[in-house]
Amino acid sequence: MESRSGHLSWLPHLILVLGLALVGFPIYVTFVGSTMTTPEILSGHMSLIPGGHFVENYLAALTQGMPQLSGVPVARLMLNSLIMALSIALGKMLISFLSAYAIVFFRFPGRMVCFWMIFLTLMLPVEVRIVPTFQVTANLGLIDTYGGLAIPLIASATATLLFRQFFLTIPDELIEAARLDGAGPLRFLWDVLLPLSRTNLAALFVILFVYGWNQYLWPLLVTNTASMTTLVVGIKSMLTVDANTPWHLVMAMAILAMAPPAAVVLLMQRWFVKGLVDAEK
Amino acid sequence: MQRRVVFDGKLLPYLLVAPQLAVTLVFFFWPAAEAVYFSTQRQDAFGLSTVFVGFENFAAVFADPGYLHSFQVTAIFSVAVTLLAMLPALLLAVMADRVVRFASVYKTALMLPYAVAPAIAGVLWLFLFAPGIGIVANALKWLGIDWNYLLNGNQALLLVIVAAAWKQLSYNFLFFLAGLQAIPKSLLEAASIDGAGGFLRFRTIVLPLLSPTTFFLFVVDVVYAFFETFGVIHAVTGGGPSKATEILIYKVYYDGVVGLDLGGSSAQSVVLMIIVIALTAVQFRYVERRVHY
Repeated sequence: MESRSGHLSWLPHLILVLGLALVGFPIYVTFVGSTMTTPEILSGHMSLIPGGHFVENYLAALTQGMPQLSGVPVARLMLNSLIMALSIALGKMLISFLSAYAIVFFRFPGRMVCFWMIFLTLMLPVEVRIVPTFQVTANLGLIDTYGGLAIPLIASATATLLFRQFFLTIPDELIEAARLDGAGPLRFLWDVLLPLSRTNLAALFVILFVYGWNQYLWPLLVTNTASMTTLVVGIKSMLTVDANTPWHLVMAMAILAMAPPAAVVLLMQRWFVKGLVDAEK
Repeated sequence: MQRRVVFDGKLLPYLLVAPQLAVTLVFFFWPAAEAVYFSTQRQDAFGLSTVFVGFENFAAVFADPGYLHSFQVTAIFSVAVTLLAMLPALLLAVMADRVVRFASVYKTALMLPYAVAPAIAGVLWLFLFAPGIGIVANALKWLGIDWNYLLNGNQALLLVIVAAAWKQLSYNFLFFLAGLQAIPKSLLEAASIDGAGGFLRFRTIVLPLLSPTTFFLFVVDVVYAFFETFGVIHAVTGGGPSKATEILIYKVYYDGVVGLDLGGSSAQSVVLMIIVIALTAVQFRYVERRVHY
């Protein structure tokens, strides 16, 4: 309204620019730090203009074995993070899609029991039951494995509920038509339902990829060797209490830890925002 | 809820739900049951045998001043994180809803912290505020402020609050913006014609219509502050100095994993489960009511 009448039309822009500056500042300073040497950072008057060691620092971080990480380079941690994030995202989507399909498109004894059992898991985030979940995972021999990193986190009520909500809006005529054409339930799932769910799948992928990549407590517990840990967890080991923290590498690692989830969010922005708001309502 | 037209199948539906049910049973119900079970057991000093002790672990937990202190820290932390994540997000969303030019640039940029892990958010803010290293810490020193969050508990708490709220700001912003954009413009124009000024319109039309979003975000933010901020605490302060930033979830981890007190940690887990279930129940009650009106 104000913008139409003309007066004060600059005020929203001013506030937004200030907001952006505040939100962006920590990321920017970290980026600047990742282009300097540690003595430059520790000089007491660190510049806010990027330094000249960008290529050198990132190359060192990615390829050099880190003594703080038992000689494992960051590239390995990134690979672990990627495997974990992709397994969680795709695994959750797969098992949720199938179970929502069964619950919505079939009538079978125990259907509501299944639904409620899945629904209840909404109420128990992994952090709450962390120690017993760790013990179960250890009993199954999954410590220091990709399975241990991903499988305990792939059961999710959110994805199932989202698919269920969407499946309920599919018109009955579509199923009747499919049946008249002689398509069985699996054929319908593959040829009709899956293509129709593309937007939901894309949105969910973004949310779940970010969720998986950013996990902290779980990978911290379930991995003991540095070569199996994730990038987000590995950074903490670099922050030693003494003065030996290689800040330039830590900052490069922080940027590397932010880049993949940020890229996924930005590239798939259109679906992500719609999906996020729909998924949680 | 059920569709009218369904497929026939005796075995197939069970096969389809089996993977999710299996994961749910093994990694949700089994551990949850174990947490409840261990919360009533006491292990001997060598961890070889356990005896049933009823509610003794709970009594011990609630009699522990450290636990009550942790409750207090969590209360301050979660209220501060929630307010600090919500109010600026609301302000920015209202502004972003008004502008036409650069609207998508603002939106995209403000979305970014959503992609940042809590632990990384902690590292970013640590880099600004580390005494003798961070540029904000140096500026504070130059201003004559004695800043050292490694020694000062209040400063440490402030730092983790800001880092945790910064990360959650994006999420709140996106939901507030979606909520604002769902408000019919005709309603605001009608009020405008009736002579209602900007602030009056905001208070009497926008805020009430936004209240479901606000309430939803409140619950989400509290749950976030309770659990997901573990990474911030672990990476920045490790619960210190002298437990000043030890929130409940950190204590569960610390007592169970570092202190190896299975009974006490499980009792704490059960308390946390009850808190989450209560929060979720409140939320669903509210959401349900909203659907009816």
